Amino acid sequence: MATHHILNYVVPGDDFTRAGEASSAVKNTLKQLGIDNAAIRKVSIAIYEGEINMVIHAGGGTITVDISDQEVAMILQDKGPGIADISKAMEEGFSTAPDEIRLLGFGAGMGLPNMRKFTDEFNLQSTLGIGTTVTMKVKF
Amino acid sequence: MENNIDKFVCSVRLEEELCKGCINCIKHCPTQAIRVHKGKARIIDRFCIDCGRCVRYCPHHAKVADYDPISIISKYKYVVALPAPALYAQFQNLNNVDYVLNALLRLGFDDVYEVSAAAELVSHASREFLKKHKNQGTFISSACPSVIRLIRVKFPTLLPRLLPIKAPVEVAAEIAKERAITQTGLAPEDIGIIFISPCPSKVSYVKYPLGLEKSTINHAVAIKDIYPLLLPHMNMKESQLKPLSHSGRIGLGWGNAGGEVSGLLTDSYLSADGITNIIRVLEDLEDEKIYSMKFVELSACSGGCVGGILNVENPYLAAHKTQRLKKYQPVSKNRAEHNPELKDIFWEEKIEYEPVFRLGNNFRESLNMLQEVEKLVKLFPGFDCGSCGAPTCQTLAEDIVRGDAQINNCIHLLRTHVYELAKDIQVLSMSPELDSDHEDTQKIKKHIEELMEKLAEFTIS
Ligand SMILES: Nc1ncnc2c1ncn2[C@@H]1O[C@H](COP(=O)(O)OP(=O)(O)OP(=O)(O)O)[C@@H](O)[C@H]1O
Ligand code: SF4
Ligand SMILES: [Mg+2]
Repeated sequence: MATHHILNYVVPGDDFTRAGEASSAVKNTLKQLGIDNAAIRKVSIAIYEGEINMVIHAGGGTITVDISDQEVAMILQDKGPGIADISKAMEEGFSTAPDEIRLLGFGAGMGLPNMRKFTDEFNLQSTLGIGTTVTMKVKF
Repeated sequence: MENNIDKFVCSVRLEEELCKGCINCIKHCPTQAIRVHKGKARIIDRFCIDCGRCVRYCPHHAKVADYDPISIISKYKYVVALPAPALYAQFQNLNNVDYVLNALLRLGFDDVYEVSAAAELVSHASREFLKKHKNQGTFISSACPSVIRLIRVKFPTLLPRLLPIKAPVEVAAEIAKERAITQTGLAPEDIGIIFISPCPSKVSYVKYPLGLEKSTINHAVAIKDIYPLLLPHMNMKESQLKPLSHSGRIGLGWGNAGGEVSGLLTDSYLSADGITNIIRVLEDLEDEKIYSMKFVELSACSGGCVGGILNVENPYLAAHKTQRLKKYQPVSKNRAEHNPELKDIFWEEKIEYEPVFRLGNNFRESLNMLQEVEKLVKLFPGFDCGSCGAPTCQTLAEDIVRGDAQINNCIHLLRTHVYELAKDIQVLSMSPELDSDHEDTQKIKKHIEELMEKLAEFTIS
């Protein structure tokens, strides 16, 4: 008897139009499983923000989602430049996004704070020159 | 019509004799609600949102919309027509709505009440509602029943975002009915409230309304049916027309995409039309990508209700004609205080999530089914060719796991299975027992060889 369901996604680094594919696919699966609606909303926001960050700041990455009857665990991993000052990055409104990205409507500096706000567990690890890993959990 | 109260009732259906079993419609259905089974493209009601795309795309006209015939009006002692604003946009060179409204009376209706007039009351109530709920997030228009039905099955987290205000047609019906009762003294059941509809979606709404238990509308007839009947009655002189119209620019514009938001007198809005576009907007709303907006107007049909499948005119021309009609009208002509008949403009009940796409009855069951689905999907070639009767390999896998289809419905896997069978037979043909010169044995051997040749034709590489 299965107790978990694992989903894997690759987030391409160069294509804005594809950011959101993973969050949309995860959402669909969670609905098929009959997961609580409020939890679905949190998971999809968290993954979407993570996807966008990987596209804008890290040149792409991978997402693993582990679904059980208690929680959804998410691991978002990239081999991008890493984050120099994590506590600064976690501040609402802090962003290093360049102007052309801001013109597209991103770069409000709300992504990471929202990921923390909408999840029950949030952990960010980052090493300059090596990459960034975000692990999150939404429980229900 | 009235005794059908299934919440998944839909008003598009298959004319079996006309259906050729091609896969055009299944490919266009936004909720994957159609399967070709035994050569016929049947609709699964609980998945259907009545958007009418299959009717639009079926090359054999086998998908049809259900609605009532105009003759239904003879059932009542007194009948009131509720014309949708889209009706006005069907006519060439119309510069005064009263031509249409007078023609409706000459056709046999006893009175008319314009949906566009009620729409102005809805616009007013929406403005008040948004003012009262400002900074409480984005609200979504609830005027298109297909949008509500889509949200009800696919976007449960957005249900609380729906504007809890009755659709203009319902508001029109309630006012019209009360007025008719007062004016005629007839019993309510002797009065027929007949909506002239642009789409099957609103026909279903009449049977199973959303946001209230029972609709005041008795029947829905099609714009395309009434249009040719009105034409001969429209040759009046303008001076002979009874002044019946009571709609301003806001109301007249409601039939076009962007019409509802223009009645909100705010610029913090977004308006999207066409089913694939609105699904994108709903996804974005769900992920909080759209958050600074006060209001989102969505219509399932491209161009808005003038794009509904029961219209005659091309939606873009229709939009143009509406501009012309609006030209000399004041912004709005209707206020709630002039309509004391209207008791409550707000929804009377909440709309509940219908988890029709959930696989099993509980998490465990769904999880096991999902994993079966994944295994099956890996077996299928991923062409999404539709030959199995399901729109995608994924949907076929889900159907199999639900017990509604078989693995050999996939013609590609079927071919592989046939090929394996051929190999088994080949092995059989080489068995030493068949080496005898006995006449019967030789016959069997020859027969097996023939079968193998035939089977080989199935396995084109
Ligand atoms: N995966 C990542 N790799 C490298 N840097 C990152 C990554 N994710 C976030 N950052 C850094 O942290 C900052 C804050 O991220 P956050 O998501 O909160 O805001 P943003 O992406 O700049 O704007 P918004 O998410 O509101 O569009 C970013 O500007 C960037 O400098
Ligand atoms: S947009 Fe209008 S015409 Fe089209 S389905 Fe919705 S309510 Fe009907
Ligand atoms: Mg971000």
